[in-house]
Amino acid sequence: MATPTKSSTDEFIKGLWKENPVFVQVLGMCPVLAVSNTAMNALAMGLATAFVLVMSNIVVSSLRSFIPKQVRIATYILIIATFVTVVDYAIQAVSLDLYKALGAFISLIVVNCLILGRAEAFASKNTVGRSMMDGLGMGIGFAFALFCLGAVREVLGAGSLFGAQLFHDSFQDWVVMILPSGGFFTLAGWLLLFNWLKQRKAKREPTAALGLSKEVA
Amino acid sequence: MGDESLWTIFINASLVNNFVLAYFLGICPFLGVSSKLDTATRMGGAVTFVMLVSSICAFGIQALLVAIDAPYLKLISFIAVIASTVQLVEMFIKKVSPALFRSLGIFLPLITTNCAILGLALFQTNKGYSFLQCIVFALGAGVGFTLALVLMAGLREKLELAEVPDVTKGTAMALMIAGLLSVTFMGFGGLGG
Repeated sequence: MATPTKSSTDEFIKGLWKENPVFVQVLGMCPVLAVSNTAMNALAMGLATAFVLVMSNIVVSSLRSFIPKQVRIATYILIIATFVTVVDYAIQAVSLDLYKALGAFISLIVVNCLILGRAEAFASKNTVGRSMMDGLGMGIGFAFALFCLGAVREVLGAGSLFGAQLFHDSFQDWVVMILPSGGFFTLAGWLLLFNWLKQRKAKREPTAALGLSKEVA
Repeated sequence: MGDESLWTIFINASLVNNFVLAYFLGICPFLGVSSKLDTATRMGGAVTFVMLVSSICAFGIQALLVAIDAPYLKLISFIAVIASTVQLVEMFIKKVSPALFRSLGIFLPLITTNCAILGLALFQTNKGYSFLQCIVFALGAGVGFTLALVLMAGLREKLELAEVPDVTKGTAMALMIAGLLSVTFMGFGGLGG
Protein backbone atom coordinates (compact mmCIF):
# COMPACT_ATOMS: atom_id res chain seq x y z
CA MET A 1 0.00 0.00 0.00
CA ALA A 2 3.02 2.26 0.34
CA THR A 3 3.49 2.65 -3.40
CA PRO A 4 1.30 5.26 -5.09
CA THR A 5 -0.03 2.86 -7.75
CA LYS A 6 -1.69 -0.18 -6.29
CA SER A 7 -1.22 -3.48 -8.06
CA SER A 8 -4.32 -5.40 -9.05
CA THR A 9 -3.55 -7.95 -6.34
CA ASP A 10 -3.99 -5.17 -3.80
CA GLU A 11 -7.38 -4.35 -5.30
CA PHE A 12 -8.30 -7.99 -4.80
CA ILE A 13 -7.00 -8.30 -1.23
CA LYS A 14 -8.60 -5.12 0.12
CA GLY A 15 -12.13 -6.42 -0.49
CA LEU A 16 -11.46 -9.58 1.48
CA TRP A 17 -10.57 -8.04 4.78
CA LYS A 18 -9.57 -4.42 5.18
CA GLU A 19 -12.52 -2.99 3.26
CA ASN A 20 -14.80 -5.97 3.68
CA PRO A 21 -18.18 -4.82 2.32
CA VAL A 22 -20.22 -6.28 5.16
CA PHE A 23 -18.09 -6.10 8.28
CA VAL A 24 -16.30 -2.82 7.61
CA GLN A 25 -18.39 -0.81 5.14
CA VAL A 26 -21.78 -2.20 6.27
CA LEU A 27 -23.17 -2.21 2.73
CA GLY A 28 -25.78 -4.45 1.17
CA MET A 29 -27.39 -5.39 4.45
CA CYS A 30 -30.77 -6.60 3.18
CA PRO A 31 -29.67 -9.91 1.64
CA VAL A 32 -27.05 -10.38 4.34
CA LEU A 33 -29.69 -10.53 7.03
CA ALA A 34 -32.53 -12.06 5.07
CA VAL A 35 -31.03 -15.20 3.56
CA SER A 36 -28.32 -16.06 6.06
CA ASN A 37 -30.46 -18.49 8.05
CA THR A 38 -28.53 -21.50 6.72
CA ALA A 39 -24.94 -21.77 5.55
CA MET A 40 -26.01 -23.14 2.15
CA ASN A 41 -28.41 -20.27 1.39
CA ALA A 42 -25.84 -17.74 2.52
CA LEU A 43 -23.11 -19.18 0.33
CA ALA A 44 -25.38 -19.39 -2.72
CA MET A 45 -26.51 -15.80 -2.24
CA GLY A 46 -22.91 -14.66 -1.75
CA LEU A 47 -21.74 -16.35 -4.93
CA ALA A 48 -24.68 -15.02 -6.96
CA THR A 49 -23.92 -11.50 -5.77
CA ALA A 50 -20.20 -11.95 -6.47
CA PHE A 51 -20.97 -13.03 -10.04
CA VAL A 52 -23.20 -10.02 -10.68
CA LEU A 53 -20.62 -7.73 -9.10
CA VAL A 54 -17.75 -9.00 -11.26
CA MET A 55 -19.75 -8.94 -14.49
CA SER A 56 -21.26 -5.51 -13.92
CA ASN A 57 -17.86 -4.12 -12.93
CA ILE A 58 -16.36 -5.45 -16.19
CA VAL A 59 -19.14 -4.04 -18.37
CA VAL A 60 -19.34 -0.69 -16.61
CA SER A 61 -15.59 -0.26 -16.79
CA SER A 62 -15.36 -1.17 -20.46
CA LEU A 63 -18.19 1.21 -21.35
CA ARG A 64 -17.07 3.99 -19.03
CA SER A 65 -16.03 6.38 -21.78
CA PHE A 66 -19.32 5.98 -23.69
CA ILE A 67 -21.75 6.50 -20.82
CA PRO A 68 -22.91 10.13 -20.53
CA LYS A 69 -22.46 11.46 -17.03
CA GLN A 70 -26.10 12.56 -16.59
CA VAL A 71 -27.62 9.13 -17.10
CA ARG A 72 -24.84 7.03 -15.60
CA ILE A 73 -26.78 5.76 -12.58
CA ALA A 74 -29.71 4.64 -14.73
CA THR A 75 -27.28 2.92 -17.11
CA TYR A 76 -25.52 1.11 -14.27
CA ILE A 77 -28.82 -0.11 -12.88
CA LEU A 78 -29.88 -1.44 -16.28
CA ILE A 79 -26.54 -3.28 -16.68
CA ILE A 80 -26.87 -4.76 -13.19
CA ALA A 81 -30.51 -5.73 -13.78
CA THR A 82 -29.52 -7.62 -16.91
CA PHE A 83 -27.01 -9.78 -15.06
CA VAL A 84 -29.38 -10.33 -12.17
CA THR A 85 -31.99 -11.65 -14.59
CA VAL A 86 -29.35 -14.05 -15.93
CA VAL A 87 -28.51 -15.28 -12.42
CA ASP A 88 -32.20 -15.54 -11.55
CA TYR A 89 -32.91 -17.88 -14.45
CA ALA A 90 -29.64 -19.81 -13.94
CA ILE A 91 -30.45 -20.64 -10.31
CA GLN A 92 -33.96 -21.64 -11.30
CA ALA A 93 -32.48 -24.07 -13.81
CA VAL A 94 -29.83 -25.52 -11.48
CA SER A 95 -31.77 -26.03 -8.25
CA LEU A 96 -35.44 -25.32 -7.75
CA ASP A 97 -35.18 -25.88 -3.97
CA LEU A 98 -32.53 -23.21 -3.67
CA TYR A 99 -34.57 -20.89 -5.86
CA LYS A 100 -37.55 -21.28 -3.55
CA ALA A 101 -35.43 -20.74 -0.44
CA LEU A 102 -33.89 -17.52 -1.75
CA GLY A 103 -37.18 -16.30 -3.21
CA ALA A 104 -37.40 -12.67 -4.24
CA PHE A 105 -34.00 -11.92 -2.79
CA ILE A 106 -32.22 -13.00 -5.97
CA SER A 107 -34.08 -10.30 -7.88
CA LEU A 108 -33.31 -7.88 -5.09
CA ILE A 109 -29.57 -8.13 -5.86
CA VAL A 110 -30.37 -5.29 -8.29
CA VAL A 111 -30.81 -2.82 -5.47
CA ASN A 112 -27.86 -4.07 -3.43
CA CYS A 113 -26.05 -0.82 -2.69
CA LEU A 114 -22.72 -2.65 -2.73
CA ILE A 115 -22.92 -3.34 -6.48
CA LEU A 116 -24.06 0.13 -7.49
CA GLY A 117 -21.50 1.57 -5.07
CA ARG A 118 -18.61 -0.31 -6.69
CA ALA A 119 -19.81 0.61 -10.18
CA GLU A 120 -19.92 4.28 -9.28
CA ALA A 121 -16.88 4.48 -7.02
CA PHE A 122 -14.49 2.12 -8.74
CA ALA A 123 -15.45 0.62 -12.11
CA SER A 124 -16.35 3.96 -13.67
CA LYS A 125 -12.85 5.27 -13.03
CA ASN A 126 -10.55 2.26 -13.52
CA THR A 127 -9.39 -0.13 -16.23
CA VAL A 128 -11.21 -3.36 -16.99
CA GLY A 129 -8.57 -5.59 -15.39
CA ARG A 130 -8.47 -3.69 -12.12
CA SER A 131 -12.25 -3.41 -11.98
CA MET A 132 -12.50 -7.15 -12.40
CA MET A 133 -10.07 -7.76 -9.54
CA ASP A 134 -11.94 -5.26 -7.38
CA GLY A 135 -15.24 -6.96 -8.14
CA LEU A 136 -13.73 -10.37 -7.42
CA GLY A 137 -12.26 -9.26 -4.10
CA MET A 138 -15.39 -7.45 -2.95
CA GLY A 139 -17.59 -10.31 -4.14
CA ILE A 140 -15.59 -12.97 -2.33
CA GLY A 141 -15.41 -10.78 0.76
CA PHE A 142 -19.18 -10.43 0.63
CA ALA A 143 -19.70 -14.18 0.18
CA PHE A 144 -17.28 -14.88 3.03
CA ALA A 145 -19.14 -12.52 5.37
CA LEU A 146 -22.49 -14.04 4.42
CA PHE A 147 -21.08 -17.50 5.05
CA CYS A 148 -19.80 -16.42 8.50
CA LEU A 149 -23.29 -15.28 9.43
CA GLY A 150 -25.06 -18.23 7.88
CA ALA A 151 -22.77 -20.76 9.57
CA VAL A 152 -23.24 -19.23 13.03
CA ARG A 153 -26.99 -19.02 12.62
CA GLU A 154 -27.35 -22.56 11.33
CA VAL A 155 -25.06 -24.14 13.95
CA LEU A 156 -26.80 -22.39 16.84
CA GLY A 157 -30.31 -22.34 15.44
CA ALA A 158 -30.58 -25.83 14.00
CA GLY A 159 -27.52 -27.64 15.35
CA SER A 160 -26.27 -28.46 11.87
CA LEU A 161 -23.92 -27.20 9.16
CA PHE A 162 -24.81 -27.62 5.46
CA GLY A 163 -27.64 -29.86 6.67
CA ALA A 164 -25.31 -32.28 8.52
CA GLN A 165 -26.17 -32.76 12.19
CA LEU A 166 -23.36 -31.56 14.46
CA PHE A 167 -24.56 -32.16 18.00
CA HIS A 168 -26.16 -34.94 19.98
CA ASP A 169 -29.96 -35.13 20.03
CA SER A 170 -30.07 -33.52 23.44
CA PHE A 171 -28.91 -30.19 21.92
CA GLN A 172 -31.58 -27.55 22.39
CA ASP A 173 -31.90 -25.41 19.24
CA TRP A 174 -31.71 -21.66 19.68
CA VAL A 175 -34.82 -20.98 17.67
CA VAL A 176 -34.31 -17.22 17.85
CA MET A 177 -31.23 -17.55 15.63
CA ILE A 178 -33.25 -18.83 12.67
CA LEU A 179 -35.90 -16.14 13.15
CA PRO A 180 -35.37 -12.66 11.66
CA SER A 181 -34.12 -11.21 14.93
CA GLY A 182 -31.28 -13.76 14.99
CA GLY A 183 -29.88 -12.14 11.87
CA PHE A 184 -29.60 -8.78 13.61
CA PHE A 185 -28.04 -10.30 16.72
CA THR A 186 -25.48 -12.38 14.81
CA LEU A 187 -24.36 -9.46 12.66
CA ALA A 188 -24.14 -7.26 15.75
CA GLY A 189 -21.97 -9.94 17.35
CA TRP A 190 -19.60 -10.08 14.37
CA LEU A 191 -19.35 -6.28 14.28
CA LEU A 192 -18.55 -6.24 17.99
CA LEU A 193 -15.78 -8.75 17.40
CA PHE A 194 -14.35 -6.65 14.57
CA ASN A 195 -14.53 -3.44 16.61
CA TRP A 196 -12.82 -5.16 19.51
CA LEU A 197 -10.02 -6.50 17.29
CA LYS A 198 -9.54 -3.07 15.76
CA GLN A 199 -9.34 -1.39 19.16
CA ARG A 200 -6.95 -3.96 20.54
CA LYS A 201 -4.67 -3.51 17.55
CA ALA A 202 -4.77 0.27 17.89
CA LYS A 203 -3.75 -0.03 21.53
CA ARG A 204 -0.93 -2.47 20.91
CA GLU A 205 0.67 -0.72 17.95
CA PRO A 206 0.45 3.03 18.54
CA THR A 207 1.99 4.50 15.39
CA ALA A 208 5.42 3.01 14.70
CA ALA A 209 4.35 -0.32 13.24
CA LEU A 210 1.73 1.13 10.89
CA GLY A 211 3.18 -0.47 7.78
CA LEU A 212 3.47 -3.82 9.49
CA SER A 213 -0.09 -3.74 10.79
CA LYS A 214 -1.36 -3.21 7.26
CA GLU A 215 0.62 -6.21 6.07
CA VAL A 216 -0.93 -8.34 8.80
CA ALA A 217 -4.42 -7.10 8.04
CA MET B 1 -53.83 -15.98 -2.06
CA GLY B 2 -56.02 -13.75 -4.22
CA ASP B 3 -58.97 -13.73 -1.83
CA GLU B 4 -57.39 -12.24 1.29
CA SER B 5 -59.45 -9.46 2.83
CA LEU B 6 -58.05 -5.95 2.54
CA TRP B 7 -57.80 -5.59 6.30
CA THR B 8 -55.75 -8.80 6.60
CA ILE B 9 -53.37 -7.58 3.91
CA PHE B 10 -52.90 -4.26 5.65
CA ILE B 11 -52.22 -5.78 9.09
CA ASN B 12 -49.95 -8.41 7.56
CA ALA B 13 -47.86 -5.92 5.64
CA SER B 14 -47.57 -3.34 8.39
CA LEU B 15 -47.19 -5.40 11.57
CA VAL B 16 -46.94 -9.18 11.20
CA ASN B 17 -44.60 -9.27 8.23
CA ASN B 18 -43.12 -5.84 8.76
CA PHE B 19 -40.93 -5.07 5.76
CA VAL B 20 -37.96 -3.93 7.80
CA LEU B 21 -38.06 -6.20 10.81
CA ALA B 22 -39.29 -9.46 9.29
CA TYR B 23 -38.24 -9.30 5.63
CA PHE B 24 -35.12 -7.15 6.08
CA LEU B 25 -36.05 -4.85 3.23
CA GLY B 26 -34.86 -1.28 3.33
CA ILE B 27 -32.24 -1.87 6.00
CA CYS B 28 -29.89 0.75 4.54
CA PRO B 29 -32.16 3.77 5.14
CA PHE B 30 -33.34 2.07 8.33
CA LEU B 31 -29.82 2.22 9.77
CA GLY B 32 -28.77 5.36 7.89
CA VAL B 33 -31.50 7.90 8.62
CA SER B 34 -32.83 6.59 11.91
CA SER B 35 -30.68 8.71 14.18
CA LYS B 36 -33.14 11.64 14.31
CA LEU B 37 -36.88 11.41 14.89
CA ASP B 38 -37.59 14.33 12.62
CA THR B 39 -35.84 13.03 9.50
CA ALA B 40 -37.11 9.51 10.15
CA THR B 41 -40.72 10.67 9.94
CA ARG B 42 -40.14 12.56 6.71
CA MET B 43 -38.25 9.69 5.15
CA GLY B 44 -41.10 7.36 6.08
CA GLY B 45 -43.59 9.66 4.40
CA ALA B 46 -41.57 9.90 1.20
CA VAL B 47 -41.06 6.14 1.03
CA THR B 48 -44.75 5.45 1.58
CA PHE B 49 -45.65 7.81 -1.23
CA VAL B 50 -43.16 6.30 -3.69
CA MET B 51 -44.34 2.82 -2.67
CA LEU B 52 -47.94 3.72 -3.54
CA VAL B 53 -47.05 5.20 -6.92
CA SER B 54 -44.64 2.44 -7.95
CA SER B 55 -47.04 -0.24 -6.77
CA ILE B 56 -49.70 1.12 -9.12
CA CYS B 57 -47.16 1.33 -11.97
CA ALA B 58 -45.88 -2.18 -11.30
CA PHE B 59 -49.41 -3.51 -11.48
CA GLY B 60 -49.85 -1.97 -14.92
CA ILE B 61 -46.50 -3.24 -16.16
CA GLN B 62 -47.16 -6.76 -14.99
CA ALA B 63 -50.45 -6.80 -16.90
CA LEU B 64 -48.67 -5.47 -19.99
CA LEU B 65 -45.80 -8.00 -19.75
CA VAL B 66 -48.23 -10.89 -19.40
CA ALA B 67 -50.10 -9.57 -22.43
CA ILE B 68 -46.97 -9.44 -24.63
CA ASP B 69 -45.57 -12.65 -23.10
CA ALA B 70 -42.20 -11.31 -21.94
CA PRO B 71 -41.83 -12.15 -18.22
CA TYR B 72 -38.03 -11.96 -18.37
CA LEU B 73 -38.28 -8.19 -18.76
CA LYS B 74 -40.02 -7.89 -15.38
CA LEU B 75 -37.00 -6.95 -13.29
CA ILE B 76 -35.55 -4.45 -15.77
CA SER B 77 -38.84 -2.67 -16.36
CA PHE B 78 -39.70 -2.54 -12.65
CA ILE B 79 -36.41 -0.94 -11.71
CA ALA B 80 -36.61 1.49 -14.62
CA VAL B 81 -40.11 2.53 -13.59
CA ILE B 82 -39.13 2.98 -9.96
CA ALA B 83 -36.13 5.10 -10.91
CA SER B 84 -38.25 7.33 -13.12
CA THR B 85 -41.05 7.52 -10.54
CA VAL B 86 -38.59 8.78 -7.98
CA GLN B 87 -37.29 11.32 -10.47
CA LEU B 88 -40.83 12.43 -11.27
CA VAL B 89 -41.81 12.72 -7.63
CA GLU B 90 -38.68 14.76 -7.02
CA MET B 91 -39.51 17.22 -9.81
CA PHE B 92 -43.14 17.40 -8.73
CA ILE B 93 -42.33 18.20 -5.11
CA LYS B 94 -39.73 20.73 -6.20
CA LYS B 95 -42.33 22.56 -8.26
CA VAL B 96 -45.22 22.35 -5.80
CA SER B 97 -43.51 22.76 -2.46
CA PRO B 98 -39.90 23.95 -2.45
CA ALA B 99 -39.89 23.90 1.37
CA LEU B 100 -40.71 20.20 1.53
CA PHE B 101 -38.17 19.55 -1.22
CA ARG B 102 -35.40 21.18 0.78
CA SER B 103 -36.26 19.26 3.92
CA LEU B 104 -36.28 15.91 2.12
CA GLY B 105 -33.05 16.76 0.36
CA ILE B 106 -30.86 13.79 -0.48
CA PHE B 107 -33.35 11.22 0.77
CA LEU B 108 -35.44 11.36 -2.39
CA PRO B 109 -32.86 10.02 -4.87
CA LEU B 110 -31.76 7.45 -2.29
CA ILE B 111 -35.20 5.88 -2.39
CA THR B 112 -34.36 4.43 -5.81
CA THR B 113 -31.99 1.93 -4.25
CA ASN B 114 -34.33 1.13 -1.37
CA CYS B 115 -34.98 -2.58 -1.68
CA ALA B 116 -38.33 -2.21 0.06
CA ILE B 117 -39.79 -0.53 -3.03
CA LEU B 118 -38.63 -3.16 -5.51
CA GLY B 119 -39.45 -5.89 -3.00
CA LEU B 120 -43.00 -4.59 -2.74
CA ALA B 121 -43.41 -4.65 -6.53
CA LEU B 122 -42.06 -8.21 -6.72
CA PHE B 123 -44.11 -9.54 -3.80
CA GLN B 124 -47.37 -8.15 -5.10
CA THR B 125 -46.88 -9.79 -8.49
CA ASN B 126 -45.79 -13.08 -6.89
CA LYS B 127 -48.91 -13.10 -4.75
CA GLY B 128 -51.14 -12.16 -7.66
CA TYR B 129 -52.96 -9.34 -5.87
CA SER B 130 -55.77 -7.42 -7.54
CA PHE B 131 -55.48 -3.68 -8.12
CA LEU B 132 -57.21 -2.72 -4.87
CA GLN B 133 -55.22 -5.28 -2.89
CA CYS B 134 -51.99 -3.85 -4.34
CA ILE B 135 -52.83 -0.36 -3.11
CA VAL B 136 -53.68 -1.59 0.38
CA PHE B 137 -50.53 -3.73 0.42
CA ALA B 138 -48.38 -0.75 -0.55
CA LEU B 139 -50.06 1.42 2.08
CA GLY B 140 -49.54 -1.22 4.77
CA ALA B 141 -45.90 -1.71 3.84
CA GLY B 142 -45.32 2.05 3.90
CA VAL B 143 -46.96 2.42 7.31
CA GLY B 144 -44.92 -0.52 8.63
CA PHE B 145 -41.70 0.99 7.29
CA THR B 146 -42.47 4.38 8.83
CA LEU B 147 -43.40 2.77 12.14
CA ALA B 148 -40.15 0.79 12.33
CA LEU B 149 -38.10 3.85 11.35
CA VAL B 150 -39.76 6.13 13.89
CA LEU B 151 -39.51 3.59 16.73
CA MET B 152 -35.85 3.05 15.95
CA ALA B 153 -35.15 6.78 15.80
CA GLY B 154 -36.84 7.30 19.16
CA LEU B 155 -34.69 4.63 20.75
CA ARG B 156 -31.50 5.91 19.18
CA GLU B 157 -32.16 9.48 20.31
CA LYS B 158 -32.39 8.25 23.89
CA LEU B 159 -29.30 6.14 23.42
CA GLU B 160 -27.24 9.19 22.50
CA LEU B 161 -27.30 10.16 26.15
CA ALA B 162 -26.60 6.70 27.54
CA GLU B 163 -23.14 5.50 28.37
CA VAL B 164 -22.28 2.38 26.43
CA PRO B 165 -18.97 0.50 26.12
CA ASP B 166 -16.75 1.82 23.34
CA VAL B 167 -16.88 -1.29 21.19
CA THR B 168 -20.67 -1.26 20.94
CA LYS B 169 -20.90 2.29 19.60
CA GLY B 170 -22.42 2.84 16.16
CA THR B 171 -23.73 0.13 13.92
CA ALA B 172 -23.30 -2.77 16.34
CA MET B 173 -25.58 -1.08 18.87
CA ALA B 174 -28.12 -0.14 16.20
CA LEU B 175 -28.26 -3.75 15.04
CA MET B 176 -28.81 -5.05 18.55
CA ILE B 177 -31.71 -2.64 19.04
CA ALA B 178 -33.13 -3.68 15.69
CA GLY B 179 -32.91 -7.30 16.82
CA LEU B 180 -34.85 -6.54 19.98
CA LEU B 181 -37.45 -4.59 17.98
CA SER B 182 -37.76 -7.54 15.65
CA VAL B 183 -38.40 -9.87 18.60
CA THR B 184 -41.08 -7.48 19.80
CA PHE B 185 -42.79 -7.43 16.43
CA MET B 186 -42.94 -11.23 16.47
CA GLY B 187 -45.54 -10.72 19.18
CA PHE B 188 -47.94 -9.62 16.43
CA GLY B 189 -47.60 -13.07 14.88
CA GLY B 190 -51.08 -14.26 15.81
CA LEU B 191 -52.88 -11.18 14.46
CA GLY B 192 -52.82 -11.77 10.71
CA GLY B 193 -54.02 -14.72 8.72
